[in-house]
Amino acid sequence: MYTQALDIPQQNTEAKGPRTIENPAYQAEFDAKIDAGGYIEAKDWMPESYRKTLVRQISQHAHSEIVGMLPEGNWITRAPTLKRKAILLAKVQDEGGHGLYLYAAAETLGVSRDELLDALHSGRAKYSSIFNYPTLTWADIGVVGWLVDGAAIMNQIPLCKCSYGPYARAMVRICKEESFHQRQGYDLLLTMMKGTEEQRDMVQDAVNRWWWPSIMMFGPHDKDSTHSAQSSRWGIKRISNDDLRQKFVDATVEQAKVLGVTMPDPELKWNEARGHYDFGAIDWDEFWNVVDGHGQGNVDRLAARVKAWDDGAWVREAALEYARKHDARDSRAA
Amino acid sequence: MERKEWPLWEVFVRSRNGLDHKHCGSVHAPDAKLALQVARDVYTRRQEGVSLWVVQADHIVASDPDAKPELFDPAEDKIYRHPTFYQLPDEVNHM
Repeated sequence: MYTQALDIPQQNTEAKGPRTIENPAYQAEFDAKIDAGGYIEAKDWMPESYRKTLVRQISQHAHSEIVGMLPEGNWITRAPTLKRKAILLAKVQDEGGHGLYLYAAAETLGVSRDELLDALHSGRAKYSSIFNYPTLTWADIGVVGWLVDGAAIMNQIPLCKCSYGPYARAMVRICKEESFHQRQGYDLLLTMMKGTEEQRDMVQDAVNRWWWPSIMMFGPHDKDSTHSAQSSRWGIKRISNDDLRQKFVDATVEQAKVLGVTMPDPELKWNEARGHYDFGAIDWDEFWNVVDGHGQGNVDRLAARVKAWDDGAWVREAALEYARKHDARDSRAA
Repeated sequence: MERKEWPLWEVFVRSRNGLDHKHCGSVHAPDAKLALQVARDVYTRRQEGVSLWVVQADHIVASDPDAKPELFDPAEDKIYRHPTFYQLPDEVNHM
């Protein structure tokens, strides 16, 4: 999802990988590997700026997955049927799993899990702005699956071929599971649309609130995207923000017709000459406002994360202490 | 940083009997028993495996990527190790 990190100025999470001297011979070998479409692996030499960019992007991606559990987790106890509850539980568990695959990939670059979590909890690291919007009704759960996970899939598929092996492999696993997320959301909405007038209104209302934030997920326009050129050169970013956004709009407008909802954009219309849908101007002030921490949910989301981490501290310590005690007993017995 | 982090374990999954265990990722866990439990939850939520191995990451000894030429290139000029090196008469070439 959530590759906004590349476009957002922020402090770097310092990577403490093996000491790398900037060596022209190594650099040439690295460039050749990238140009040939090859993979860079954890222990290979890499420029420090490549390592830092990856740590920033992968960790922001991981943070987004685990913060993304919160808006949906809200609805687990309120799911309308046992079937929907089981589906939502499985989906939220997947998001946690995605976070773990990605933290593990980031750790191969020489940062520790605790450092990464500390950057999130102290507010130094960002996560995708989309999760700072509230999930007000059950229809939001469907729309998050359809639009938010749909946008995530668009963003993530090119990452399966990114130049850093551990990240690419994590993305392959994630993409396989993400399709379930989008389909269950759309299925939930189809069911609601077959219900009462009130339920159909709930779906339309949720679409109205989530449409613009979803298309903002692709990040700033290409002309305003500061890191894109370098990331394309490195094979971390394969398709530009605007191209991905267009692809997403073209696909979802057709899906909206089947569902029987409209997008809240009067300028949205098919452009025969371009072979794409045209759409209205994006409110970038809102985007940056949410990125900068002033969205509806920023404070609550971070507080919920920190509370979960702090409340779990005694469990983590006790488990470690138990393991130490048993190690000591085993070595005495030996 | 003062935090006490759980050690890192590498996870290997046998997807079905007859195949090798294959590396699929890593988890943090305080001990072997919990490492297996966590690996099951993280890597086999959709019946991806019938068997799991976990190995504490610092017990793995890896070759040095900078030593790639010394380690692997000597095999490059030993093409006689491959069956295709040998040109046999057509009648027996399926050998």
